[in-house]
Amino acid sequence: MAKKIGPQTVKLRTPVAIESTGSVAGTMEGLGPLGSYFDLIVDEDNFGDTFEKTEIKMHSKAIEIALQKIEAESDSIDLFVGGDLLNQIVAATFAISEYSRPYWGVYSACASFAESLQIAATTIEAGVAERCSVSVSSHFSSVERQYRTPLEQGSQSAITSQRTVTASGGAIIGQSKGAPTIVSFTTGKIVDFDCCDIADMGTAMAPAAAHTIITHFLATKTSFKDYDLVVTGDLANLGFNVAKDLLASEGYVDIGNFSDCGKLVFDTDAQNVGQGGSGAGCSASVFCSYIYKLLDSKQLSRVLFVPTGALMSPLTSFQDGSIPAIAHAVQIAR
Amino acid sequence: MSTNNNNLQNESLLEQRLRETFKTVKQDSRPKAENAKHIARAFGIGGGICLLGQYVKEMCIGFGFEKADAGTISTLFLILLTAILTSIGIFDKIGHFAGAGTFVPITGFANSIVSSAIEFKSEGHVFGIGAQIFKVAGPVILYGITSAWAVGLVYFLIGLVK
Repeated sequence: MAKKIGPQTVKLRTPVAIESTGSVAGTMEGLGPLGSYFDLIVDEDNFGDTFEKTEIKMHSKAIEIALQKIEAESDSIDLFVGGDLLNQIVAATFAISEYSRPYWGVYSACASFAESLQIAATTIEAGVAERCSVSVSSHFSSVERQYRTPLEQGSQSAITSQRTVTASGGAIIGQSKGAPTIVSFTTGKIVDFDCCDIADMGTAMAPAAAHTIITHFLATKTSFKDYDLVVTGDLANLGFNVAKDLLASEGYVDIGNFSDCGKLVFDTDAQNVGQGGSGAGCSASVFCSYIYKLLDSKQLSRVLFVPTGALMSPLTSFQDGSIPAIAHAVQIAR
Repeated sequence: MSTNNNNLQNESLLEQRLRETFKTVKQDSRPKAENAKHIARAFGIGGGICLLGQYVKEMCIGFGFEKADAGTISTLFLILLTAILTSIGIFDKIGHFAGAGTFVPITGFANSIVSSAIEFKSEGHVFGIGAQIFKVAGPVILYGITSAWAVGLVYFLIGLVK
């Protein structure tokens, strides 16, 4: 059984394997620095009838690719865990409904992939399931529709804003030997430092990222030097710098191996994406393509993956609410 | 509204330290808005739109239209032009560049209605386009009419005193 080794941290006694991953990305992401790592690049405007249907199709495709890579049938999956950013997490639900298997829908905004990994790992270690599928997606246009102004409206985005990544990532979690494994994880708590600017979510999420990373380090008695890569979800340039400053204030200064999926996925100088990428599909697709491939080829062997989520809704924002943030850490070893 | 205003006493020491550091870090990290650049762009494009409107108006007067009619035609021309540019996906790019330059003239109003109509087409003619077309323009219409009514009332009262 898993063992609690800190206030928020769990160590798995028998490490759980990430058997395979699948990633699907849109054209803009395909043109970015990680373009060659994605399994499939689709035209995000025409892959489905509507933006939402496109996201559903991309979500389902990521799972399909992950299953195909290990020649597994969907019947071998005991539990599907998935989420996305749409109201009532419909992208995950509609995509997974075609498999007709048990399903847990989850939401922790852009940190949903890490939450899914933690749920799958715990379930497998407890012996409740032998193999799980985890999948998360986001689509630039469906998210703009839900959270912001109409797409064709000619309004300027704030200098601090980020671009939602159009992508999905799916992973098959099981017990096979030889694959990268989840060894421990820290479940984040909601950190709310009263940020209210919804055009600057990177900054709002940075304290949650710093808090979870430090909490994980303290519980596992590790530090940056014990990892090849410590990577947050979607802080992007601005939030990443804030997180670095917060970590520095706690004494973590030698952090050359610290990075962020929102910074990795786009070339922020050449592509018109504001501070960088955001969205649930950002950390999911970067993990399921770039990070997993480096783990698989043994170029990375110790990774701390820390997706970050901003847990507000348009409704709470209009009611002058703050932006509660969360970050979940998953430690993966090769 | 905040999730934790009542729970500050439950914060760990780590959280309290991070909260304090965050206050200063947040201020220092914020990038400076390039106001001069945006103002210049808004002035150039916004002024260009007004110039185009004036040109159409003068042209109509040249064709023998009354001054008031020429003004209406010029307005309709800008609305039509915006609607077409919005539909073919060009206007948002101009707007992204020009900011208030395209948003303040009638082009901004036309764009907000057409973009909402395009956006909600997928939810059907009634609950999609019908219900959502004034999603952005609605507040402008409501408060525009309300303020016109208030100004009219003041004008009426002044008339009574005279």
